[in-house]
Amino acid sequence: MLGKLSLSAIPFDVPILVGTFLGVVVIGLAVLGAVTYFGKWGYLWREWLTTVDHKRLAVMYIILAIVMLFRGFADAIMMRTQLALAYAGNPGYLPPHHYDQVFSAHGTIMIFFMAMAFMTGLLNLVVPLQIGARDVAFPFLNSLSFYMTLVGALLINISLFIGEFAQCGWLVYPPLSEMQFSPGVGVDYYIWAVQISGVGTLLTGVNFFTTIVKMRAPGMGWMQMPVFTWTAFCTTVLIMASFPVLTVTLALLSLDRYLGMHFFTNDAGGNVMLYLSMIWTWGHPEVYILVIPAFGVFSEVTSTFSRKPLFGYNTMVYATCSIMVLSFVVWVHHFFTMGAGANVNTFFGIMTMVIAVPTGVKIFNWLFTMYKGRVEFTAPMYWTIGFMITFSIGGMTGVMMAMPAADWILHNSLFLIAHFHNVIIGGVYFGYIAGMGFWFPKAFGFKLNEAWGKRAFWCWFVGFYLAFVPLYVLGLEGMTRRMNHYDNPDWRPWLLIAEAGAIVIALGIVCQLTQLYVSIRDRNLPENLDLTGDPWGGRTLEWSISSPPPAYNFAVIPDIHGLDTFHTEKQLGRRAHNKPLAPIHMPKNTAAGAIIGAFSFILGFGAVWYIWWMAGLGLIGIAVTMIMRSANRDVDYYVPVSEIEHNEEVYSRRIAAAQAAE
Amino acid sequence: MKKLWRYLPALPALMLSGCTVDLLQPRGPIAEMNRDVMVAEFAIMMAIVVPTCIATLYFAWKYRASNTQAEYLPTWDHSTKIEYVIWGIPSLIIVALGAISWYSTHAYDPYRPIQTADNVKPLNVQVVSLDWKWLFIYPDLGIATINQLDVPTNTPLNFQITSDTVMTSFFIPRLGSMIYSMPGQQTQLHLLATESGDYLGEASQFSGRGFSDMKFRTLAMAPEEFSAWVEKVKNGSENLDDTTYPKYAAPQEAAPVQYFAHVQPDLFDGIVAKYNNGMMVEKTTGKVMHMQSASSAAPSDTGMKE
Repeated sequence: MLGKLSLSAIPFDVPILVGTFLGVVVIGLAVLGAVTYFGKWGYLWREWLTTVDHKRLAVMYIILAIVMLFRGFADAIMMRTQLALAYAGNPGYLPPHHYDQVFSAHGTIMIFFMAMAFMTGLLNLVVPLQIGARDVAFPFLNSLSFYMTLVGALLINISLFIGEFAQCGWLVYPPLSEMQFSPGVGVDYYIWAVQISGVGTLLTGVNFFTTIVKMRAPGMGWMQMPVFTWTAFCTTVLIMASFPVLTVTLALLSLDRYLGMHFFTNDAGGNVMLYLSMIWTWGHPEVYILVIPAFGVFSEVTSTFSRKPLFGYNTMVYATCSIMVLSFVVWVHHFFTMGAGANVNTFFGIMTMVIAVPTGVKIFNWLFTMYKGRVEFTAPMYWTIGFMITFSIGGMTGVMMAMPAADWILHNSLFLIAHFHNVIIGGVYFGYIAGMGFWFPKAFGFKLNEAWGKRAFWCWFVGFYLAFVPLYVLGLEGMTRRMNHYDNPDWRPWLLIAEAGAIVIALGIVCQLTQLYVSIRDRNLPENLDLTGDPWGGRTLEWSISSPPPAYNFAVIPDIHGLDTFHTEKQLGRRAHNKPLAPIHMPKNTAAGAIIGAFSFILGFGAVWYIWWMAGLGLIGIAVTMIMRSANRDVDYYVPVSEIEHNEEVYSRRIAAAQAAE
Repeated sequence: MKKLWRYLPALPALMLSGCTVDLLQPRGPIAEMNRDVMVAEFAIMMAIVVPTCIATLYFAWKYRASNTQAEYLPTWDHSTKIEYVIWGIPSLIIVALGAISWYSTHAYDPYRPIQTADNVKPLNVQVVSLDWKWLFIYPDLGIATINQLDVPTNTPLNFQITSDTVMTSFFIPRLGSMIYSMPGQQTQLHLLATESGDYLGEASQFSGRGFSDMKFRTLAMAPEEFSAWVEKVKNGSENLDDTTYPKYAAPQEAAPVQYFAHVQPDLFDGIVAKYNNGMMVEKTTGKVMHMQSASSAAPSDTGMKE
């Protein structure tokens, strides 16, 4: 009846987990209690949980990303603490069984549920606004994507308290992840969490690709697209091309595990090399899926706060596109040590180095955007400058490892760990936080607190170097990744410094939370309110509408005459449009996404535990909901002109108030 | 107190002074090459990374909004000259690095045998990764060890590597390049130790719960000492053959060092063959043939359950 599930699956004997569980329960009850107390369930359901509005989905994605950041960071600091303790016979406080789950969960959560969710959130918030669209191409799919991501995140976190998580790294390399060596449910949790959220990501890719291709405002040709939209476009192409590979790879692993097949097993013709090749065919483009939109953020932030157009727009577009293409021909650099021939290794090594060229060009473009500008040091600009320095260093160590002869000694070492945190924290994370600060007023109508934003930056920046420079050194001292104890006295001081770095980063996260709290508290102060919808003197279309924008974004779809049309019009003093208003066709909210999400959870949980009636129920539920949704013709409505007029009037009054205040 | 800060930049050097930085202190030609390539790359790229970082800070500071003295070009967004430079310089650097890459990858391919000036006869070592220990078979000497690799100095070492469990990676940082060990596959690695010493050997690919202790000592010694050591091992009593192998191959954490005075000659081939339906590649002819060995009959997938 309950498959493999029994009471023994609940880790009562691990105090850390029981404590965490109690904490989650208390916080969860507090949140649910607060919603009930204030009578907000109806509001939450109607306005948020069933929404198809890309801006609200964006907010929910980013909240998910921040919650997952806490989880992923808790894993990180647990690992650093373990290694600060577990020296010379001291086993530390985490047994291998637990430590191995922690590092596997850290990577999986940070990539799939922190970074991917954050990236999707930014795409959702910004892309339709930048291209002058009223929503994405498939609003319902957008809501469904969110719930798929959420369900994946839930599954992976439930593994903390029911059963266990995978203990074979964030990419679950077989044969270690096969039944023979990992008979528990950990790998199954991994497979189902990643597969379900992968469906969401793939749909997001299709959705935004279509949106960008089909829904740009009239006059906006490809080379009039804002750079962030270009990077979003490249990312969606990469998602559509690479996520199916991930899906197939994990499906084959599932067939091995569930049906006893032999794709990647040791015997009967299974081949682990095939898995490595397939997973990295997805895995390498994946890191570009994450970092390319961050490049877009930096482009927008640098040009806005340098009060200049982006230097070399065309170059930037070509560089982004060439990175997109090149990211598919470098995956073998993840296993130069597998014994491929010299020609194969050289090819993939050189292709990897070639990516450094367009990436370097981008750095120089941002540099020359600041050149002869008027640089304003806002918090997003801090993150951008911190990124340019950190990412240059991370790029350099990346090129070092692109050389097979150097990778043969650096592979799998802490040098590698330091490298990819160097580019993922210094590139991806810094970029997303810059983007969050930059577009926060657009989403909520008030700015984030600058002082706390800068404090957060300094903690993250200093903390990053404290935590990861020691890892470079440890790599050179021959320390490999994923160890849970060691006896080499030379390693100890560096691991202690790294622990200190992790603590400084923790302070950075505390600053960010404080920033959110202070900003919400002071949201009505005149210096924080964004009445005009254009708090930074922006250049692109999203700043031409109110903050937060109405559900339909644009009362009138703007005409585009070139790059940065909004900026040009501001210069010419033409801001108001005089086109007649017409009723706006909009999608209705729907619960279908949430319901399919719920059934997906039932399917995933049932499949993890071999509770087949439950998995079947989930599958049937998904199918029935899908059919009902498809048969439903009542999915849209028109916003009447009177309502648009009213909104426009309110917006005009706010602009007038802002001008009067000046 | 103020004075102490001045020495802060020297702190990293101070911290490293007493330590062994394995990858920077090679003890063999392969490791030397690895290091040289790595250092050369680092140096070449520093030539562009340092100026970039300085320019970033300098431009940001010079063109700060409060500095109204600085020139301001609010519409300037293109310069063909600058574009040539920013595409050109990185490209040139990559051409240079690509050339180094091409040369070093071919010349020091782990599969390429090492030739010494005086044509010393290479030592063959068969490496088997187990849960969670390393088995070293010296096929020409008929002996084997667990978790200790003794090698003569200035003698080319020809490793054949496989795994009788999950995949991992065979790595002796101070001798250089690593190569994966994979079940059913035979990878190769060629190293050489120029100096006597006791070097760390490790598994560098996570392989399960005993991974952190999956280490071995690499003892490089003069050829005469090595011969003496071989004699010592041969005088032992333990044998490694199809009957005793399963006992030693069973999962074990932090396994002690063990010597085997006699090894069944086809043991390694049997371990590879058992993951290939008992088939193996005949070395001299390159033909695939059936391995008639008892070890290949052992079912490997006993842990499999539905």
